[in-house]
Amino acid sequence: MDSSQTIYQALKNAGINFVVSLPCVNLGKLMEMVDCDRDIIHVPVTREEEGFGICAGAYLGGKKTTILMQNSGLGNSVNVLASLYKLYQLPILMIISHRGTEGEFMNAQVPMGKATTGVLDALEIAYFNPKTPENALKIIPEAWTLAEMGNAPVGILLEISFW
Amino acid sequence: MERIEAIQQITEQLNDELIICNIGFPSRELYAIKDSPNNFYMLGSMGMASSIGLGLALAQERKVVVLDGDGSLLMNMGSLVTIFNQNPVNLILVVLDNECYGSTGSQCSYASTVNLSRVAEAVGFKNLFLFQNEIDFSEILDINEPIFVHVKVEEGNANVPVIDMEPEDIKIRFMDDVKG
Repeated sequence: MDSSQTIYQALKNAGINFVVSLPCVNLGKLMEMVDCDRDIIHVPVTREEEGFGICAGAYLGGKKTTILMQNSGLGNSVNVLASLYKLYQLPILMIISHRGTEGEFMNAQVPMGKATTGVLDALEIAYFNPKTPENALKIIPEAWTLAEMGNAPVGILLEISFW
Repeated sequence: MERIEAIQQITEQLNDELIICNIGFPSRELYAIKDSPNNFYMLGSMGMASSIGLGLALAQERKVVVLDGDGSLLMNMGSLVTIFNQNPVNLILVVLDNECYGSTGSQCSYASTVNLSRVAEAVGFKNLFLFQNEIDFSEILDINEPIFVHVKVEEGNANVPVIDMEPEDIKIRFMDDVKG
C-alpha cells in the first residue's frame, strides 16, 4: 500500500472537502493528489497559523477541514489552536509529517521533533500515531469523527518510518 | 473619524453580508452598534480575521466582510498574498487603520510609516479603496473580485461594554445564519 495514496483515500473516506497545506518532503505526493481532486478545495498557505484561520472560516461555512503540515508548523500555530480552536470549540484534522523522529537525517529537525507531542499534550489535543498505511486508513476517518463530535482539533502524527 | 463611526457607516450600508470582526475593541464596538447573527466576533487569535474571512468566502457563496486592523494585518501579512492568489469573488477586506495597537493602549504600529494600501497594490489587488471621512460602499458591493478597503481612523476606543456571549454561542448562532 502506497503511504501517500492511503492518506489521500483515508481523507476521502472521512469526507474531507477543504484542505490547506504547507509542504514537507514527505507530503509532496499527497499534496498533488489533493490538488487534482475537484471535490476538494485546496488552499496552499504562507504559514500554518494562517492555514488554521482559513480552515476555521471554512468550517463556519460548512466544510470538513484538514491541514497538511510538518510538525514545525505546530510550533507556528500554538496561539491559534488555543485562542481560536479551543476557545470556540472548532474541529480540524491535522495531518502532520513528524520530522525529527527515528531515521531523521537532519539534526536541525530534532528539537521540534522532540517537542511535538509535549506541545499537543499542553494544548490537550488528542492525536494518533499510525505506524502503517493500513492502520492510517482505519484511524483517519475515525479521527475526523472524533474531531467533529468533540468539536476539537485531532492530530495524526506520521513519523519518518511511516513513509 | 472615530473607529466606531467607521464601523457604523459600514454596517448601515450592508444587508445580509457575513461579518468577521477583529479581536478587541472593534468587536465590542460592532456588538454595541448592531449585534446580529451574521456577525462573528473574534475574542482571541489576533491576526486571523482576514484568514477566517478567506476560508468562509471560499466555503460558501454569501459575501464576506472582514473588519480587520492595521496591527492585525501586520501580524499576518502573508494573508494578503494568499487572498490574492485564491481570488475569492465574495471577500471584502476592510482595514480600520488607526496606526496603532488600539486595544492595548495605542502603542504605535508600523502602519504610520508603511502605507498598507500600497502593500496590497504591490501584492496584486486590483480593487483598492481609501476612505478618510465618508465611507461609500455602493460600488464596493457590486464588485466580484477581492477588494481591499483602507479606512483611516483616529486612535482611541469607544466606551462600550464587553461582549456578554460565550464563544460557542457566537459560533453556533453564526453557523446557523450561514446555513440560512
